[in-house]
Amino acid sequence: MQQEVILAMLAKEPSHGYELRARLRQALGPLGDAMNDGHVYVTLTRLEKAGLVTSEQATGLADRPDRKVYGLTPAGQERVTGWLAEVSWPKPDLAEFHLKLVAAAAAGLADPLSIVDAQRRELLRRLRDAQRAALAEPDGSAAGLLLEGIVLRLQADLRWLEACERNWTPRKDRS
Amino acid sequence: MSDTGASVLRARGLRKEYGQGEGLVRAVDEVDLDVASGETVAVMGPSGCGKSTLLHLLGGLDRPTGGELWLAGQRLDQMGERALARLRRGAVGFVFQAFHLMDELTAVENVELPALLAGQPARAARRRASALLDRVGLADRAAFLPSALSGGQRQRVAIARALVSEPAVVLADEPTGNLDSQATVEVLRLFEDLHEAGQTLIIVTHDSRIAATADRLISMRDGAFIDETRLTGGSTGNLGSLAGLT
Repeated sequence: MQQEVILAMLAKEPSHGYELRARLRQALGPLGDAMNDGHVYVTLTRLEKAGLVTSEQATGLADRPDRKVYGLTPAGQERVTGWLAEVSWPKPDLAEFHLKLVAAAAAGLADPLSIVDAQRRELLRRLRDAQRAALAEPDGSAAGLLLEGIVLRLQADLRWLEACERNWTPRKDRS
Repeated sequence: MSDTGASVLRARGLRKEYGQGEGLVRAVDEVDLDVASGETVAVMGPSGCGKSTLLHLLGGLDRPTGGELWLAGQRLDQMGERALARLRRGAVGFVFQAFHLMDELTAVENVELPALLAGQPARAARRRASALLDRVGLADRAAFLPSALSGGQRQRVAIARALVSEPAVVLADEPTGNLDSQATVEVLRLFEDLHEAGQTLIIVTHDSRIAATADRLISMRDGAFIDETRLTGGSTGNLGSLAGLT
């Protein structure tokens, strides 16, 4: 996860590491289960070294393993503002699959259609998992919205596979 | 487990041909299929691959050219017209892309109609129809005409109607084909509920979201099954990577 995510979660108010963790878990729902809790602390330490975050020892919480309260420095504030204004989007990795089909067909090593079928099976299994998780979320949940995003992306990939299938199906009138 | 259940539907060498000689088209070409009780099976394939024709054969709406077909323990392919009509009314529930509701009947009247046609007493039919509308979340729309309902609501009425005779199998032909994404989710939830309740379902679809609710997915091309995938089991637990978390 990007450092800026942790940084931006501190923008509301100075917080303990465990509070950040709880906010992340709430926003991610079932996807947060696989998250490594140590990651938040490692990132906070790095951000502190970079001068984007300061920490203060909180008092009267001796039973807590993490007594530090983290807050943004002015440089941290600036980084968050810049990050929010930045337009970025994950790059879909389509070229590798496309070239796999091209190479398989050219070399006669494998049938592009069976490669498409195998890919579709895998994507449908993922779609099933994502959809079940999405349907299990209550209406309006933040995590449900994220899962919906995964579902829609998988649907788009599956539609592209349909186009691949049409393209690689031998045309009867040509053969 | 779905694959330990008894077979509700069984086809062997099922064929449907149109035309003859040079113009012969095999819309369904030697299909073998076993559907276990409680199983949801999705059939996907490009337009014209024969999947709708297959569904019509399975539900007794159309006669096969050849092959054998059993539904709920009875052999369909040799059955007389009247026996077939009775079997269709009792053992099969249909859900269509265009809903096929009667415009001049209210929601509850649409749902109870097959039960009345099957000879159930009016009060029992009404009670069952009302309970089913409640189950699909439309108890408060019982007295509405289809024209006063949204697309998703109409399809839910149609699904309630398909269930009224407690069919051995529900056959759905592009059930979300006319629906927007919000209505698609309503129908998806409903199919998931039916699946949980042990209803046997066969869905023919282009929509990958509906297909992904199935236990088993069959790909069809040129009238024949070319691929079969079990969607249950497999790759759970790595959704995080799909969201860019790991």
